[in-house]
Amino acid sequence: MYLTVNGQTKAVDADIRTSLLDMLREHLGLTGTKKGCDQGACGACTVLVDGERIVSCLALAVQYEGRSITTVEGLADGEALHPLQRAFVAHDGFQCGYCTPGQLCSAIGMAGEIARGVPSVVTADLTADSIALDHDELRERMSGNLCRCGAYNGIAAAIAETFAKEPA
Amino acid sequence: MTPFSFARAADPAAAVHEGVQAGARYLGGGTNLVDLMREGIEHPARLVDVTALPAGVSTGADGAVTIGAATKNTALAADPVIRARYPLLARAILAGASAQIRNMATVGGNILQRTRCAYFYDPATACNKRAPGSGCDAIGGFNRMHAILGASPACVATHPSDMCVALAALDAIVHLDGPAGARRLPLTELHRLPGDRPDLETALAPGELIVAVELPPLPFAVRSTYRKVRDRASYAFALVSVAAALDLGADGTVRNLRLALGGVAHKPWRARIAEAELRGAPADVAHFRAAAEAELAAAAPLRDNGFKIELAKRTIAAVLTELTGEPA
Repeated sequence: MYLTVNGQTKAVDADIRTSLLDMLREHLGLTGTKKGCDQGACGACTVLVDGERIVSCLALAVQYEGRSITTVEGLADGEALHPLQRAFVAHDGFQCGYCTPGQLCSAIGMAGEIARGVPSVVTADLTADSIALDHDELRERMSGNLCRCGAYNGIAAAIAETFAKEPA
Repeated sequence: MTPFSFARAADPAAAVHEGVQAGARYLGGGTNLVDLMREGIEHPARLVDVTALPAGVSTGADGAVTIGAATKNTALAADPVIRARYPLLARAILAGASAQIRNMATVGGNILQRTRCAYFYDPATACNKRAPGSGCDAIGGFNRMHAILGASPACVATHPSDMCVALAALDAIVHLDGPAGARRLPLTELHRLPGDRPDLETALAPGELIVAVELPPLPFAVRSTYRKVRDRASYAFALVSVAAALDLGADGTVRNLRLALGGVAHKPWRARIAEAELRGAPADVAHFRAAAEAELAAAAPLRDNGFKIELAKRTIAAVLTELTGEPA
């Protein structure tokens, strides 16, 4: 099958049972995406597909042929980090770093959802045209990404600095 | 994971042609089925990818809304018509899973997702749903999450969907296609109670495919909501959830209402007893509580889940009281 990852299309020969996560890590050598729980509960394997965040552990790679996949390796522009990556460094948005690739991809996907006006369960007015990424919205929308080190304060600060118009 | 073959269906007819084959299963976003296959609970011989089938939300001349079964959960919750006319449905979907999973999961797959009972997931235990006739280790086991209504001596599992609780309240109609042709089925008749065959979870015939979900017009659903009570504030299954829509008369009585419960039974639980009690009754907390008492009168607690009975009553009363205020 053919997969397009970080702008490059590659032919991969793998068992039909291969998850997108295992395909990225074991067949394409992109080990930035991490395997945490392998059952959709932790978010460490979050990648972007056509700009939308998904958990790659519950995805069969074969279902994502022809789609544009972005992993953490595709966020920086050469040596220039993505603004969110710079903010994670500035705010100590990690300790061990294992959840970081998933947090980064998830937050970038989340910013796209906010821009498209996708509501969350804590959005008070479902009919509002725009939604501010405030304290509660940010935390609810990032609840699919766990951090066992508990670096949440730094993670939230980095995301808020990058994507929130008001301090979250 | 057991080996399988894979096919993509371009339209419902092609999907059904594949889906009637022995061992075939329809595949949506995979967020439940792929996990069950990895755990060795499901072992389909063939997967039929139905994510390319019709998706999207359309409104007919009669005001009914039709949702393609391949519509992603996120897209449905974000749809302007759903947000404005059926807020309980948008809120129920957004209360489920995580944003990543909602981006993957389809409407059809959400309806057909399987219980998260830990015993069902553990092949080392007895489970009549996974291995018919083997018994049920949840009865007498750790059953804090399990059913209080409609359970049987064979199975006490709950249906995990939030979305389906709202669909049950809305009298949603499921459009099916299958080897015997197309038909329509009320969502409340799609899922079964366990009885002595908990392995049979739905009224679908072999090879039948959900192609769409229809929401009949319900103008008073603009005053509706969904409340989910769970062990943490986000990303957890319901202990108890309530979907409700309320139509208030000018005299302070309940002109009409819709009420459904999640987390309490093997299927989304339409609270028809409470609805009948409340139609025409004063819209106050005493009557809400009395109606909740009537609905839960048949509740049967297990060792660990008796708290759900009082929790369900309080949540019903709280949600209906909230809806007596002005629509948010």
